[in-house]
Amino acid sequence: MTQPKGERVGVFVCECGKNIAATVDCEEVRTYAEGVPGVVCSVRNKYTCSEPGQKEVQRWIKEKALDRVVIAACSPRLHEPTFRKCARTAGLNPYLMEMANIREHCSWVHQRERPAATRKAKDLVRSAVARARNLVPQQETEVPVTPAALVIGGGIAGIQTSLDLANAGTKVFLVEREASLGGIMSQIDKTYPTMDCSI
Amino acid sequence: MMDAGRHPNIELLTYSDVEQISGYVGNFKARVRKRARFVNEKECTACGDCVEVCPVVVRDGFEVGLASRKAISIPFPQAVPAAYLIRKDECLGQNPIACGKCAAACEKKCIDFDMRDQIREIEVGAVVVATGAEVTDPTSLEEYGYRKYPNVITSLEFERLVSAGGPTGGALVRFSDLALPKRVAFIQCVGSRSPRTGHPYCSNICCMNTVKDSLLIKEHDPDTEVDVFYMDIRAFGKGFEDLYQRSRGMGVRYLRGLPGGVREDVEAGNLLLRWENQEDGGGVEERPYDLVVLAVGLEPRKENEKIRAMLSLSKTSDGFFLESHNKLDPVSAPTRGVLFAGCAESPKDIRDSVTQAGAAAARALALLGSGKISIEAITARVDPDRCNACGLCAAACPYHAITVDREKGIKAKVIEAACAGCGSCAATCNHNAITARHFTDEQILAQIDAILGEDPLQNILTFACNWCSYAGGDFAGVSRMQYPPNARLIRTMCSARVRPDHILYAFRKGAPVVLLSGCHIGDCHYISANHATLDRVERLWKRLERKGIRKERLVLEWISAAEGKKFQEVMCRVEEIRRSVTPEEVDATKGALAGEKLKVGA
Repeated sequence: MTQPKGERVGVFVCECGKNIAATVDCEEVRTYAEGVPGVVCSVRNKYTCSEPGQKEVQRWIKEKALDRVVIAACSPRLHEPTFRKCARTAGLNPYLMEMANIREHCSWVHQRERPAATRKAKDLVRSAVARARNLVPQQETEVPVTPAALVIGGGIAGIQTSLDLANAGTKVFLVEREASLGGIMSQIDKTYPTMDCSI
Repeated sequence: MMDAGRHPNIELLTYSDVEQISGYVGNFKARVRKRARFVNEKECTACGDCVEVCPVVVRDGFEVGLASRKAISIPFPQAVPAAYLIRKDECLGQNPIACGKCAAACEKKCIDFDMRDQIREIEVGAVVVATGAEVTDPTSLEEYGYRKYPNVITSLEFERLVSAGGPTGGALVRFSDLALPKRVAFIQCVGSRSPRTGHPYCSNICCMNTVKDSLLIKEHDPDTEVDVFYMDIRAFGKGFEDLYQRSRGMGVRYLRGLPGGVREDVEAGNLLLRWENQEDGGGVEERPYDLVVLAVGLEPRKENEKIRAMLSLSKTSDGFFLESHNKLDPVSAPTRGVLFAGCAESPKDIRDSVTQAGAAAARALALLGSGKISIEAITARVDPDRCNACGLCAAACPYHAITVDREKGIKAKVIEAACAGCGSCAATCNHNAITARHFTDEQILAQIDAILGEDPLQNILTFACNWCSYAGGDFAGVSRMQYPPNARLIRTMCSARVRPDHILYAFRKGAPVVLLSGCHIGDCHYISANHATLDRVERLWKRLERKGIRKERLVLEWISAAEGKKFQEVMCRVEEIRRSVTPEEVDATKGALAGEKLKVGA
């Protein structure tokens, strides 16, 4: 099943203050991205994740009718949820947003190699654009939730979690392997730093 | 404890084991076995008449073996529920009844030898893992002589001895002669901060626990000499420094450097600690003590393995459960709907356990309160027109999320709610019938093409799994660990998403070297999916060799999320391999693979 490829990709190159810009020549990467097939605009931001940065991404999505977005910034493990939400707010399916990690995997680990790091950042952007053009919208489905919790372990942590949940009106099943609640804490005499009794 | 025992919203299942958990976020089903106590816990008034007549005396685990109890017992006086139980393996025999004295002594007739284990099936939206940690057993650290010398005890044994409810009524005696010790030494970091013992991490609690213990001794008897041997005193929490200074102010001596060993001076009836005096430059000396307390650390519970498998959790290299993100989401497991509280995730004191417990409860409420949740969009989809019901995908699925019947020719179907999105099924399908959503062959090939499009000889094509190896790369970045700038990463959710044909495609495109990286075996985010990775790579190595391609050019590495250092080392090593590959070798590879019929990129 072949999907139509993205033809209107927007690239946003984040400087992350000096975190990226000190090592990677962000303007060079931005200019380079303009020439990558499918890219219709390439923008440089100081902090793409900031409120103004996200607003700018959303403005370009609408103005240029972007069908894919590539954020060249930090790790998707950090900000993928941020930029998915950002894309969704601008009316783009969040799964049409792709990140190129030019910070954790580039500027921070090649600090003394500006030309090589810049070349790598370009490659990562090119690769992210190529992937982005092949992305297809995804739908998250909704399922109902059973309003109860299982807490495994009846030491101090399990007891406290159960009480907090139960006090908020949630049904809790508290499972303890031993014959009594208490865990290791019940074996301890006094507890620091207050020197009061454990039980 | 009592509040939890009598709360109307809490159903307490003690002496119980979680045997199975299935389902997914918002909709878990759990099977809990409530083991038979043989005492009706609702009726028992804990009068203790049964204990007096029970003839079986055994070691009391709660008192860490420092006292005895009967086969019918209550764990400790304040136990919740406040009811006795009979331990089946200790009782003289219930079926046929060999003794029955307790049943005869019980006025309320609470004892029921016919009681059976009960199985409870429960349905919940969230699971909180609060399984705790285990106290390290220092027996294997022979230099300290634990279990060899009676006057060497652990900090947990110390707790029972100084407890007013303990076996000695709070008298801190030493075991050899039951005398009160006048010189006590604490040895810190026993089973902590030592790669040799398999515990390279700090156990968090032992410094402050010793500070507290030293004060307890001084409060019992200010004349007792207390020396603490340490590497570093970590008094980092609120109120900790005050307590530490109070201990020093009471005359507790803190001596830098861990003793090399303990031996017994039989004639003098005491213990000698061999220790290098660093502060006075005094060299190695032996110091006499009446009692030595080993400040033992915490380690992951062995039973956690069962929970790990049931909920498809991962571990960090120290063996504790892996959280979703070390600082941004330390309460959640990567498996949605599963949260951590307490030492299961990492060693913690009570204050931190309570804090995390509150956070776990808040996270669970955020999930449960909305009444509905959105589920994973990254799942697999089967194209029935291409599927021939061979069943390979179902065998590759760690979640049993694919139904297929080879004999009846019923084609594969993905149970989307159970699919976690590793993509191993798509990698194993020979008929291109499975699409791994958001990580399709087209998407992966487009990245390979882009990476190897310009000057492929310079680049190291790297596949990294989202949860471990990619995160390991992030960790290297955050730690500013420098490495050669040639790697170009392609992120997939799991290393098992990568098809051998993706790799062959890359070699045919001119890749000098391909690195495939994933979670450590046993720690895969997708239970066991990376076993398939290993299997496929081993077969691919053989195939490469048959084609005259150096197998060293396909590198397989397991890198955990915490192994930034290893990520850096691997990058340096693979760069060496890249440098060893000549343009001629790459051309020869392209030629050798030219006729190969690949299932992708045709």
